[in-house]
Amino acid sequence: MPSGRFRHRRRRGYRALEENNTGRIMKLGVLFSGGKDSMFACWKAMQKEEVACLITVVSRNPESYMFHTPNIRLAALQAEAAGLPLVEVGTAGEKEEELIDLERALRTAREQYGIEGVVTGAILSVYQAARVQRVCRELGLWSFNPLWLADQEAYMEELLDAGFRVVIAGVFSSPFDESWLGREIDRRTLDELRAIAQKYQVTLTGEGGELETFVVDAPFFAQRIAIEEASKVYRNYNGVLRIERAGLVAK
Amino acid sequence: MILLIDLCYRDGSLSRDEFVAPVERLLCRNGVASVTRHYTAVGASDLDSADAAILCGTALMDTGYLEHPELFRWLLTFERPVLGISSGMLALAAAFGGGVDPCREIGMTDMNVLAPDPLFSGQEVFPAYTVHDYAVQVPGEFVALAASDRCVQAIRHRSLPLYGLLFHPEVRNEWIVERFSRLAGRQSP
Repeated sequence: MPSGRFRHRRRRGYRALEENNTGRIMKLGVLFSGGKDSMFACWKAMQKEEVACLITVVSRNPESYMFHTPNIRLAALQAEAAGLPLVEVGTAGEKEEELIDLERALRTAREQYGIEGVVTGAILSVYQAARVQRVCRELGLWSFNPLWLADQEAYMEELLDAGFRVVIAGVFSSPFDESWLGREIDRRTLDELRAIAQKYQVTLTGEGGELETFVVDAPFFAQRIAIEEASKVYRNYNGVLRIERAGLVAK
Repeated sequence: MILLIDLCYRDGSLSRDEFVAPVERLLCRNGVASVTRHYTAVGASDLDSADAAILCGTALMDTGYLEHPELFRWLLTFERPVLGISSGMLALAAAFGGGVDPCREIGMTDMNVLAPDPLFSGQEVFPAYTVHDYAVQVPGEFVALAASDRCVQAIRHRSLPLYGLLFHPEVRNEWIVERFSRLAGRQSP
């Protein structure tokens, strides 16, 4: 086995809600970071195809250590909440090696869960989308980006309407100060984000890297995530919410 | 009204939001009316009422539309403006007898404009987003308008306003779709 850390838990994948077309349902893996975009893309994929597993590539790069330390454990918690198996692969977090690690993760997902395609939450990043497209094509896997070029306003509305509960887990731009860390994106917060997006050069979705999010509940979660203990690491419009302790609770 | 044609593997597929919806939104933002049909469901009344047609792209692995050339024969007699995007370009070229050659490009690539045309006027070189496994063999009735280092990226019929683009103009080159829709507006009755 390659050097990365794998974790597989076999569970039955979600089937699309209904098969209302001519083709057969495809088995897909969702490239998953724990944030709203990949989770919403997962939800979209579940409407049309079968999501067989979540796939996460975890960086060991010290630069991103503080971001990824909590996520290693929490990605597994989110997968458990969703009742989906998780394929988790470690990476040193260096550019080209990351692609090899991504390929390794997708190969593993194909071997373990028979995936035929990969779903990402890419919205605008041509660079990231192209990298995933290349790896998928090399492996003969379909690539799906259901949020591609999405209207940011409509997307955020749809996210809240669908019942996603999303917490701001990282801020990386002015004017987001420490008080934003840990805030849930509800209607009131969305109004504030809208005002900020108009006034400053930031995107409403945080796609420009201004915000990172963490999903605590989704319409396909059997249980929701309760954050029991968290601390903030913040300096000069750069900070993260370190979730120290979290568990699953009934919805 | 512009008829948007979804070439993806299934009507209402997971690829629709990626390849069709961005073009729908772009037209809507520019105040251009459009109606979308899956390529298997284009009816005579859809074609009669369209001022122009746009054939949208598909996922790299999605080539099912190429197995149904009979569903694209209407392109031979449509005579109003057509914009074939990526897979849509392959379908357009195939309708006019153009074959394909393997040519994979994924990512941003420079387009070199080869011949004057209203669609690219004022541009000599511009970067564009490509996601394709094949390039077209330019049919005899078409001319090449632009090319990357690897292959022909844009074609136009010699006497009709039929365009094919191998790259995706809806990504970072919305101006091309806007120009096309203005062209379509000018040619509508």
